Amino acid sequence: MNIIEVQELSRNFGQLVAVDKVSFCVVEGEIFGFLGPNGAGKTTTINMLCTLLKPTGGKATLCGLDVVKQRSEVRRCIGLVFQDPTLDEYLTAEQNLRFHAYAYRVPREVREKRISELLELVELSDRRKSKVRIFSGGMKRRLEIARGLLHSPRVLFLDEPTLGLDPQTRRSIWDHILALRKQHNLTIFLTTHYMDEAENCDRISIIDNGRIIALDTPDKLKDSLGGDIVTLKAVDNNAAALELKEKYNLSANIQNGMITLNIPQGEKFLPKLIGNFQSPLLSMSVRRPTLDDVFLTLTGHAIREEEAGSKEQARTMRRRFGR
Amino acid sequence: MEEVFRGMWVIAYRELLRFVQERSRISSSFAMPLLFLVIFGAGFSRLIGSMTLGVNFIQFMYPGIIAMTVLTNSVMSGLSVVWDREFGFLKEILVAPIGRSGIVLGKAAGSAVVAVMQGAIMLVLAPILGVSLTPMMVGKLIPMLIVVSLSISGLGVLIASRMRSQQGFGMIIQLIIFPLIFLSGVFFPLNNVPPWLAAISKVNPLTYGVNAIRQLFLSSTITAAGGTTGQGYSFSLTVFGHTMTMLENILVVLAFGVALLLIAAWVFSKQE
Repeated sequence: MNIIEVQELSRNFGQLVAVDKVSFCVVEGEIFGFLGPNGAGKTTTINMLCTLLKPTGGKATLCGLDVVKQRSEVRRCIGLVFQDPTLDEYLTAEQNLRFHAYAYRVPREVREKRISELLELVELSDRRKSKVRIFSGGMKRRLEIARGLLHSPRVLFLDEPTLGLDPQTRRSIWDHILALRKQHNLTIFLTTHYMDEAENCDRISIIDNGRIIALDTPDKLKDSLGGDIVTLKAVDNNAAALELKEKYNLSANIQNGMITLNIPQGEKFLPKLIGNFQSPLLSMSVRRPTLDDVFLTLTGHAIREEEAGSKEQARTMRRRFGR
Repeated sequence: MEEVFRGMWVIAYRELLRFVQERSRISSSFAMPLLFLVIFGAGFSRLIGSMTLGVNFIQFMYPGIIAMTVLTNSVMSGLSVVWDREFGFLKEILVAPIGRSGIVLGKAAGSAVVAVMQGAIMLVLAPILGVSLTPMMVGKLIPMLIVVSLSISGLGVLIASRMRSQQGFGMIIQLIIFPLIFLSGVFFPLNNVPPWLAAISKVNPLTYGVNAIRQLFLSSTITAAGGTTGQGYSFSLTVFGHTMTMLENILVVLAFGVALLLIAAWVFSKQE
């Protein structure tokens, strides 16, 4: 059963087309990932799905409810964890959760029990009376996940759930996410620009410049490249690429001074190549494809390219849509 | 409708929770008006002497200072909105299944309760200043302060609904709220000012609030000193030749407040 259905959803900000007619479905119980560089339209899409932003075109339903016409009903069946912390730092962990329970009308009989259970789940039970102000980034994020689950939503949205966290904390956040899915048959919709995290998803939608350019399981996306990634570095990359084209009919991609090729069973191809390749080579390597390669092949640029300016971008995006 | 009321209640609940936990706010908001009262009072008292039958300058200023305490604290409703936006919490509020107008009313109600409590703390000064205070007066004063506070809270939220930074909000406060306070007759009587100043004061809704509170406090003091409220009381506002009664004054503030809250709720609902 599809719990989220999106048809030709669009959003413009003046001249800028942030999301351009995207269509996709999310099946109940799956972890669905939105993968793309910063500014690709991930957060804008999430904001439309969770009723914070009105679409300028298209239609989206969640649990069969229209995100424009049935805002309140949609809000009750989703949980949200935003990119930036949205906790009241001057209140305690418990008070933050209680506020949420009141706002979402969690019945009195189950309220305190659920608060305790969720604090237990995210391992913050011993800090329930501490002010959030003194929490670390990871603790805050865990508390937000607990809060997002307090009103028993059917879909949990996680917008860059591990942005700005250290590797251990990222790992532990992911353990929590995977445990949740098991325990609650929750549908999880998340955005990320970390390739390794996207691997945890059941299905991934790759988004670039506001458009969905691929949607499948991580394995199938990688298989779609047609084999292993062979990377060569030649003295003259252009000449080497030409030779590959003529001799083996392989279309090579030159990126950052390296030639990359998609070849089935790459480890068997290299010995053949060494035998009679004319252009002098400096280095060569073979590896299984990653989602990064999928992204590179589909868009012609690496997802990490924008990483350098990503902090600044994230900040401007935040200013524009977040607050 | 249920969503609006629940929204109002949870938002107000949080405002109070925040206030209770920040004890420094309680004392700091008390210090400022006290400072005004003591310094202005000491500075002008002897210069001005007795203003009218049995009322000295400090006694004249005291009701105005109570009004000012309530006003400055009511504007905090707006600061709290800007603060929430800056620290992200506003998003948690905006995405909750509660009515947007409930958020506005909750912010206003929450800060009104806080403001009125702080105004009420000022009442402990009454015996020291020689202003007579009866339970009856307190009973009338509290609802009046609530009306005044709600309308200014509405103004605060209205200004804040489109503001992004605390600095920006601070600027606006200085540009709007301070002039409103100065022109409301807190520090000087308005019946002896140049015509242009009198005219501006009369379009300032705070004038009516300050005047009502002053009427409540001083009419008995004046009566006790031998004057009659009708002729001896020279503080009452006269609009188009009509002397405003306390009730009329409060109704003006109430109308202003309802209008502001409605506009604030509307503007706030419009934002994405």
